[in-house]
Amino acid sequence: MASPIGQPRVRLPAQIRVGEVIEIRSLISHIMETGQRRDAAGAIIPRDIIKRFEAKFDGQTFFAMDLAAAISANPYIAFPFKVEKAGSFEFIWTNDAGEERKTTTELRLS
Amino acid sequence: MAIQPTRRSMLALAAGGIAVSLAPLPAAAQLAAPTQAAPIQAAPIQAAPIQAALDRIRGTRALREGRVTLRAPNIAENGNTVPLNISVESPMTAADHVKTIYVFADKNPTPEVAVFHLTPAMGRASADTRIRLGQTQDVIAIAEMNDGSLFMARAEVKVTIGGCGG
Repeated sequence: MASPIGQPRVRLPAQIRVGEVIEIRSLISHIMETGQRRDAAGAIIPRDIIKRFEAKFDGQTFFAMDLAAAISANPYIAFPFKVEKAGSFEFIWTNDAGEERKTTTELRLS
Repeated sequence: MAIQPTRRSMLALAAGGIAVSLAPLPAAAQLAAPTQAAPIQAAPIQAAPIQAALDRIRGTRALREGRVTLRAPNIAENGNTVPLNISVESPMTAADHVKTIYVFADKNPTPEVAVFHLTPAMGRASADTRIRLGQTQDVIAIAEMNDGSLFMARAEVKVTIGGCGG
C-alpha cells in the first residue's frame, strides 16, 4: 500500500577542499501523505511518509532526521559536513512500511 | 380603509411570527450553545499536545532562549511548503556540540515536525527543510546540547493558504 519512494537526488559543491564545511542538499520524491486527508468517499487516507533519513560518511552516521507528517511532499533536507578526507557518502530514506531507498555519492577533493 | 386591515393583519402576522420565532429559540439556543462553547474547549485541547511535547523533552531542565536561530518566512503564501532553516551557535567539537534539534508547529494537527540528530563531524550545527503549516502559528525549535542544556527559538509564520487539507 505504501507509495513508492522516488528517485533520490543529492548535491555536493563542485569544489571541495579539506577543512571546509560543505552543505549537502538532498531531495527525494515522495507523496508524504499526512493521514489527515480524506478521499472522495470520506474515508481517511492512511498516513504514508518518509519517517527517517540518515547520512553516513565511510559507514559512520553523522546526521539523521526523524520526519513527521508536517514535512512537505518530496522532502528537501540540507545539512553541513566538515571535510577531513576523501571518502564515500551513503544516504538512506526509510518510509512508514520500513522500506529503504539508498544512494551513494563519492566525496572527491579538488 | 384598506390600510387598516392590512396593518392589523400585518401586526397579527408579526405577533404570530414572534410567537413562532420565540418558540424555536430555546431549541436554537441549545443548538448554538455547544458550537459557541466548542472553540473554548478546543483551545486547551489544541494547546495540550505542544505543551506535553515540550514537557517531555524538557523534564525538569531549564529551557532558555538564545543560541538557536530559526529562519522562516514571516508570511507563507503556501502552507504546504514553507522553507525552514535552523542553526545553533556551537563549536561542534566532541566536547561541546549540539546533539538534537526538535522542531514543533504549535497549531498543526500534530505539533511534531522533525527531530534532527547532529554530530561533531558536521562542523556546523544547521539544518534546512520544508514544512507544512495548517494555519498561522509559531514554529518552535529546541536544541539539546551534549551537556544536556536546552535552548529554544520561536518564529511566527503567517499562513495565507493552509497546508493540511490538501
